Amino acid sequence: MAEGVKPRVKAPKSASAGEAVTIKTLISHQMESGQRKNKDGSVIPRSIINRFTCEFNGKPVIEVAMEAAISTNPYFEFEAVIPEAGDMVFTWYDDDGSVYTETKSIAVG
Amino acid sequence: MQFSRRDTLALGLGAAAMTVLPFRALAAADDAIAAFTGGADLAEGGVTLTAPEIAENGNTVPISVESEGAVEIMVLATGNPTPGVATFKFGELAGAHSASTRIRLAGTQDVVAIAKLADGSFAKASSTVKVTIGGCGG
Repeated sequence: MAEGVKPRVKAPKSASAGEAVTIKTLISHQMESGQRKNKDGSVIPRSIINRFTCEFNGKPVIEVAMEAAISTNPYFEFEAVIPEAGDMVFTWYDDDGSVYTETKSIAVG
Repeated sequence: MQFSRRDTLALGLGAAAMTVLPFRALAAADDAIAAFTGGADLAEGGVTLTAPEIAENGNTVPISVESEGAVEIMVLATGNPTPGVATFKFGELAGAHSASTRIRLAGTQDVVAIAKLADGSFAKASSTVKVTIGGCGG
């Protein structure tokens, strides 16, 4: 398991119904590409987050399939439509099988 | 400066390698595009790719893609050792079909975005990014 993985999400606390809001997500992860070599000249094995999903009340907002070309501490910014109050669930899937989740509640009003 | 026979040979080999290597990477990118589109035609327009003209640090190059009515957008870096970057799939609650992220680029190259539109057709946009320091370690 990668060390010190910490998801951070910036989402509004409330929105008007049907409004498209901007969501920003960042997760600290070294995203080892599998291209770099260590001092001995052997390749450092790939260790990245390969998938990210965002759902709101169980309905999909965005899904990202990630390759090694995504930078360290993967950052995503996208828009989501908020039809009703509920929870937005963010999930990151690591190469090593770890799953990191974060939940944000968004109120309508 | 005098060129010895050895220098000339080395230069020639270097030049040959320079011309062959990008083609290999491009072929990999073409394969990735074919796998995504199933060989369908690519229309220009219908998808917007925003990338800087010059990136000082190839480790974090900010890019964004946008396409109204796209179901999926695939981003490729044609000059990277592996061309795949990311594939964005938009769900029913996606707002404007846009997304931003930060990517690694090994060197100066074309970044390509291919959008799969709701009607099953494909659109393509590309942008050349000059990279001062490559982002693949090495």
